[in-house]
Amino acid sequence: MSATLLSVEDLTVRFGGLTALSGVTFCVAKGAVHGLIGPNGAGKTTAFNLISGMTAQTSGSVTLEGAKLDGLPTWKRTARGMARTFQNIRMFREMTALENVMAGAHLRTPESFGSILFRLGSFRAAERSAVANAMDILDFVGLSEQAERRGGDLAYGDQRRLEIARALASDPKLLMLDEPAAGMNPSEKIGLIDLIARLRARGLTLLLVEHDMHFVMKLCDRITVLNFGAKIAEGAPAEVRANPTVIEAYLGAKVARSLETRA
Amino acid sequence: MMPHWLDNFLFTYQSLVYSLGVNALLALAMYVVLAVGQLALGQAAFMGVGAYASALLTVKLGAPFPIALLASMAAPALLAFVIGAPTLRLSGVYLAIATIGLGEVLRILYLNWDFAGGALGLNGIPEKAGFVWIFGTLIVALVAFVFVSRSRIGRAMEAIRADEAAAGVMGVNLPAYKLAALVASAAIAGLAGAFNAHVSSFIGPNDYGFDQAVTILSFALLGGVGSPFGPVLGALVLTALPEVLRPLHDYRLVIDGLIIVCVVIFLPTGILPWRIGRIGARK
Repeated sequence: MSATLLSVEDLTVRFGGLTALSGVTFCVAKGAVHGLIGPNGAGKTTAFNLISGMTAQTSGSVTLEGAKLDGLPTWKRTARGMARTFQNIRMFREMTALENVMAGAHLRTPESFGSILFRLGSFRAAERSAVANAMDILDFVGLSEQAERRGGDLAYGDQRRLEIARALASDPKLLMLDEPAAGMNPSEKIGLIDLIARLRARGLTLLLVEHDMHFVMKLCDRITVLNFGAKIAEGAPAEVRANPTVIEAYLGAKVARSLETRA
Repeated sequence: MMPHWLDNFLFTYQSLVYSLGVNALLALAMYVVLAVGQLALGQAAFMGVGAYASALLTVKLGAPFPIALLASMAAPALLAFVIGAPTLRLSGVYLAIATIGLGEVLRILYLNWDFAGGALGLNGIPEKAGFVWIFGTLIVALVAFVFVSRSRIGRAMEAIRADEAAAGVMGVNLPAYKLAALVASAAIAGLAGAFNAHVSSFIGPNDYGFDQAVTILSFALLGGVGSPFGPVLGALVLTALPEVLRPLHDYRLVIDGLIIVCVVIFLPTGILPWRIGRIGARK
């Protein structure tokens, strides 16, 4: 495969006596769709929080394109090319969908304080191009009709897509999606699968946490399985669903069989 | 220059009109920190620093008024910058308590500072500020607030208020934004303090304590923080109300309090809940 974009090495975090993640190591290849799966409480979201800088690790390291990110706050990691969505949607609820996406483009909107105060031509140009760019992204995720609606007023599935749009606005290299299909109905899920395929076609690398196994098996090139904060398996979808440890810890024999037949 | 009726009105209600302007500026100082979700209540303290800094310059050193005004912004801004680093690690009520503590520390300092008049305060401050200074500044400040609101900075500020952690993930430098908001708040409050000192001719150590801090907060709560206009409207209403209700004589303060209680209960987002848009130019 191609070069490594993200590498997570021996990542460990303890909250008091609880070891939420212990010595997890995996690599995400450039251009890949990488899945992170495991039972509830396995440490998937914790891993996301450590990678994105929302939680500080106890030990281990996170490297993006060969540069260590350890100790960097979230906003500096975003500047390095990382973006994420949240398991529990964290919309800027009062802002319109368009404003939400524009807020996501914070680092890509070149407006100096002076140009804002004096409404210089450079400010107007930057603002117009930010609007156009945000509208393009809304269009890409299929929300251009909802641009002027309050983010908090959108339907649940639309809010999930708006979060993806907001994350895309920073023009990331790595997009991390935390349970993007959660709460979606089957037709919304089909739309999401299509959206993720189009993201990948754009050359984006994706790391996703998801519980819908058909979804994961269909989309991912590589899957890392966590259980009780430790990695128990990693490999291509076919290897993972045939892995007895994974079947016992997470999938269960029945699901594994059904995935087998569908594949 | 001014129409006769306005001249007359200003002569009769001069101190009220000045208070309207000064309090509106203080409301903007409150707004700028609330706009990034910070319950920092140091505005009264910063107002005091601005008042003392400017009055000491004009009274004791005979400095020109514009220089005193610059100092009234620079001194509290510097103070905000210094105390910002430790206090902005706090949030919610803890930040509120820490910033109220600042006001109390300064009060004791003024009380024991003989050069600044100690407990007697400073008297005979020249009446250099007037209608044009105060309301000119208010208008300029309001325009600046609207411009900043409708920009990348305004979007980042609302993002922080809505969900701080998510705003950080969007690339917003959280400490820088919070500190900048506190420094701006201090500068505006300091300027308001200087104007107040230079229209009332007297300032004392007890003018900038807890009561004043809560009064300034109430401007923003009553008006609403969806836009910079909300707190300004809140300040105008709360300042004018006691005067408007004067015909009620003894019942004045009862009705005054009742109105405030009703607004808080029935209009939790303030009397002006309108939210300002965040985009500065579209086509």
